[in-house]
Amino acid sequence: MNEKKSRVISRRSFLKGAGAVGAASILAACGGSDSTAASGTGAEASAEGKVINIYSWNDEFRTRLEAVYSEVASTSADGTVTTLKDGTEIHWIINPNQDGVYQQKLDEALLNQASGSADDKVDIFLSETDYVYKYTDAEADVAMPLTDLGIDPDTDLADQYPFTKTTASDQNGVQRGSTWQCCPGLLVYRRDIAKDVFGTDDPATVGEKVKDWDTLKATAEELKAKGYFTFSSYADTFRLYGNSISQSWVTPGDTVCKVDQQIMNWISDSKEWLDAGYLDKTVKGQFNDDWNKAMGSASKVFAFLLPAWGIDFTLAPNWDGPEGSWAVTNPPQEYNWGGSYIHACTGTDNIEHVREIILALTSNKDNLLKISKDYMDFTNTMSGMRDAATDDGFCSSFLGGQNAYEYFAPVAENIKIAPLSSYDQGCVELIQNAFSDYFQGNVDYNRAKENFETAIKERYPDITAVEWAE
Amino acid sequence: MKQTKQKHLSYAKWGYIFIIPFFLSFFIFSMIPLVDTIRYSFYEYYRSGIKEIGPTFIGLENYKSLLESDMLKYAGNTLLLWLIGFIPQIVIALLLANWFTDMRLKIRGKQFFKVVIYLPNLIMASAFAMLFFALFSNSGPINSILMSLGLTSEPIDFMGTAFGTRALVGLMNFLMWFGNTTIMLMAAIMGISPEIFEAAELDGCGSVKRFFSITLPLIRPILAYTLITSIIGGLQMFDVPQILTNGQGTPDRTSMTLIMFLNNHLKSRNYGMAGALSVFLFVVSGILCFIVYRMTNGSDDAKPVREKQKGGSKA
Amino acid sequence: MKRHRVKIGETILAYVVLAILSFLCLFFFYILIVNSTRSHADLQKGFSWLPGNYFLENLKNVANDGSFPMFKGILNSLIVSSASAALCTYFSALTAYGLYAYNFRLKKFAFTFIMAILVMPTQVTAMGFLRLVTKMGLYDTLWPLIIPSIASPAVFYFMYSYLKSSLPLSLVEAARIDGSGEFHTFNRIVLPIMKPAIAVQAIFSFVGSWNNYFVPALIIQSKDKMTVPILIATLRGADYMNFDMGKIYMMIMVAIVPIIIVYLLLSKYIIAGITLGGVKE
Repeated sequence: MNEKKSRVISRRSFLKGAGAVGAASILAACGGSDSTAASGTGAEASAEGKVINIYSWNDEFRTRLEAVYSEVASTSADGTVTTLKDGTEIHWIINPNQDGVYQQKLDEALLNQASGSADDKVDIFLSETDYVYKYTDAEADVAMPLTDLGIDPDTDLADQYPFTKTTASDQNGVQRGSTWQCCPGLLVYRRDIAKDVFGTDDPATVGEKVKDWDTLKATAEELKAKGYFTFSSYADTFRLYGNSISQSWVTPGDTVCKVDQQIMNWISDSKEWLDAGYLDKTVKGQFNDDWNKAMGSASKVFAFLLPAWGIDFTLAPNWDGPEGSWAVTNPPQEYNWGGSYIHACTGTDNIEHVREIILALTSNKDNLLKISKDYMDFTNTMSGMRDAATDDGFCSSFLGGQNAYEYFAPVAENIKIAPLSSYDQGCVELIQNAFSDYFQGNVDYNRAKENFETAIKERYPDITAVEWAE
Repeated sequence: MKQTKQKHLSYAKWGYIFIIPFFLSFFIFSMIPLVDTIRYSFYEYYRSGIKEIGPTFIGLENYKSLLESDMLKYAGNTLLLWLIGFIPQIVIALLLANWFTDMRLKIRGKQFFKVVIYLPNLIMASAFAMLFFALFSNSGPINSILMSLGLTSEPIDFMGTAFGTRALVGLMNFLMWFGNTTIMLMAAIMGISPEIFEAAELDGCGSVKRFFSITLPLIRPILAYTLITSIIGGLQMFDVPQILTNGQGTPDRTSMTLIMFLNNHLKSRNYGMAGALSVFLFVVSGILCFIVYRMTNGSDDAKPVREKQKGGSKA
Repeated sequence: MKRHRVKIGETILAYVVLAILSFLCLFFFYILIVNSTRSHADLQKGFSWLPGNYFLENLKNVANDGSFPMFKGILNSLIVSSASAALCTYFSALTAYGLYAYNFRLKKFAFTFIMAILVMPTQVTAMGFLRLVTKMGLYDTLWPLIIPSIASPAVFYFMYSYLKSSLPLSLVEAARIDGSGEFHTFNRIVLPIMKPAIAVQAIFSFVGSWNNYFVPALIIQSKDKMTVPILIATLRGADYMNFDMGKIYMMIMVAIVPIIIVYLLLSKYIIAGITLGGVKE
């Protein structure tokens, strides 16, 4: 039930720098068993282990798996064990993403991968866009190349959006993970507020009013005049900027953290917006109680910037007004938010099951469309999503009968993934944290910069300097 | 104890046997780690990404970069957070202890009040901090109550200001410890011979005067003891601000304590810096230990020991 | 005895102050209790003074959440706290007795040494402790949380003071004459005499260990070994958990209720124990 939220690791930053810790261990732990694992391709089912250990940060993957993997028999009441029809047990090891906890726990487990008994070994683990790079690294070799599993990305995964395949590939272009979703984001707005301010709640008209940042700013002024906030907090807009950085936070092999011009724009725009009263001052960051309440009917917030899962998972449960009060339209800037990658862990003793699971969840178009229908997830099938955009069966009553895929599909085709580095999660968390104080007027601009520099060096001791654009 | 010396000479080995588990355990779990910690404070040694850096001997570099960092600021934060809790704690405790022991006040239900004021001392500091975080958030119950009472029209952003966050930490520490101190001071006051008070009363000594010229001087050792243990507890302050601010010490790191700073280095597996910081802490607490040692040595059996155990959250 | 003149004004003032302080102490727990009985949707609407009827539902949600195994956590906490309380009190008593009843060359030194480390914060050795525990293969086990409590200087000092005030050495002598062995004397004669001190210290070390957060957070990795404070801290870090505030309040409830129950049952002894063997005339 709490699935999607934790995907947003980036909202607040915390000082436990555990996230980056364990990759060294991965190297040592996983390297050795690679050849045996790879040769397991096509092995008999009898050679398979009895326990499949899956590391994840919430139960989203479990619910998807239960929904579409035909081998599932039952899941225990506390959600920790899923039994398959052949008696194999899936053990779910769930740790929250925030603060690098998930990665820390996963890294510890990977450290023991070589020495652990077969049933203790990690078989599948998930990663997010923010740190997928760390785990697909060819040198670390913790995520098996898909070809070693017997999956040919060019044919088996041909219908996937290309950017998801690039994201899950190592520096040599070898794909080491696969995802069932891609997460184009939209602007989700309250119909009643749109009617009150613009006289209409038509998505096309509203889309015009929010089509780019300058137009949106004029619209924000209109909303403010009627006593509404455009967005709830400065954190809401971060993804749009953060996704279009031109260079990665840290160039591989370098020790300098570079803050992109886009991030600087986010800082200056956010300050301007907050001071102008376009954002709700009392909401700080996302995924907290205040943010949840901003999604309620008593709130004055006009819109949220969310991908498909955000609507289903965060907005809908917090909305307490009548059904059909929300609608989607194009965002001021195209962006992608989230994406959970499934990796087969080097050293797994369940090659067959792992391949089946990855194929069932990420390449079977029927399964993916079922996920889209049941969970309103935007799934990783280009042809399927094009179909969905014109299929009335995908209309949402929460959105007043609107078919959101009509808006999602074009955004998805245009997503360009920003250059990644293994420091991303820390950078994204810490920059937002450091500048929260600045936005709220607790510190001046330079002090916020200093605080970011201190925090990033504390979390990643090998970062030697921070370069700011401008 | 002198006369026992001859009698038990042959039993000396039992003395060693009985104290061996203690010293063995201390040696393994405290001494070795301490030496290890000090050793690595002279090394560059951390984990990052896919590599482990060091250990490389770098002399006093870690100490230098610590002194250049905001360590002193965090020390100041720690002191301030401690004071915010300690001052009301000692004032209220003195007041209550004095009232509870004053025969001329007819306070009923003393036992009830004692049970209530001591209650927060037993609450898990982490759960207490988590509770406060939920209660004092912008749309939390406290703001909801204040607004429905008409005391404020906009939610008060308690944790958005340095003052608010520090005040909350201070309030929690105060609530957790004033009951304990009250009971401690009560016992000390009750230890004063009643004749002294009676004599004072005969001389027409008022309660204020009585308090300042009789009670206070006579319980001075206990007061000093409370102060020292509280300082040591304050030095170790961690749970409450860590969980309230989720380890960030927000805003602007104004509620970041020394141990939270240490925790950051431990979490990023920066053994060198964590070691150097530990040595600093060790020296400071060593000085405090020395003071305590002098005090406990001075009057061996007049000191309550209880407080030290919970030092971790004491302030 | 002279009759005391009752001072009405000051008594009233004392009641007012006490009432305010009691309110402060209980108020937050009242909100906690009320909120743990309400659903997330109710909580979204704002605060209410009256409890809701969602208590069991919230409790069920907490019990069935495999990613925050609160009840497993309570079990772990119980194991760790009971074991450390037992080890800590027994060995502290043993050490105190060793230093009190026997004379040996290093006695003075040993006593001075323990006094010197009395208030050394555990945090300063945390880094070395973490490395040591890892090297010993005890990382992510409950042992490092239990065994070190054998050496508890503060408890030792308490026991030592208590022994000094309540164990005449002639008693030990008499036992020896009766042919009792040294360990036997300690276990059968000295320990029963120390019962009150042991009970008090057992309670306080139990509570101390139950509430301990810093060390377990460093040592424990896996879910099924986590103690309650780590789970609570994880909760604070896991934003997605804020999804259901009713559940959050219930988790805090579950974390502190066992201690409160024990406290209310034993409050008389606990309060008396705070100063027992300490402040004495």
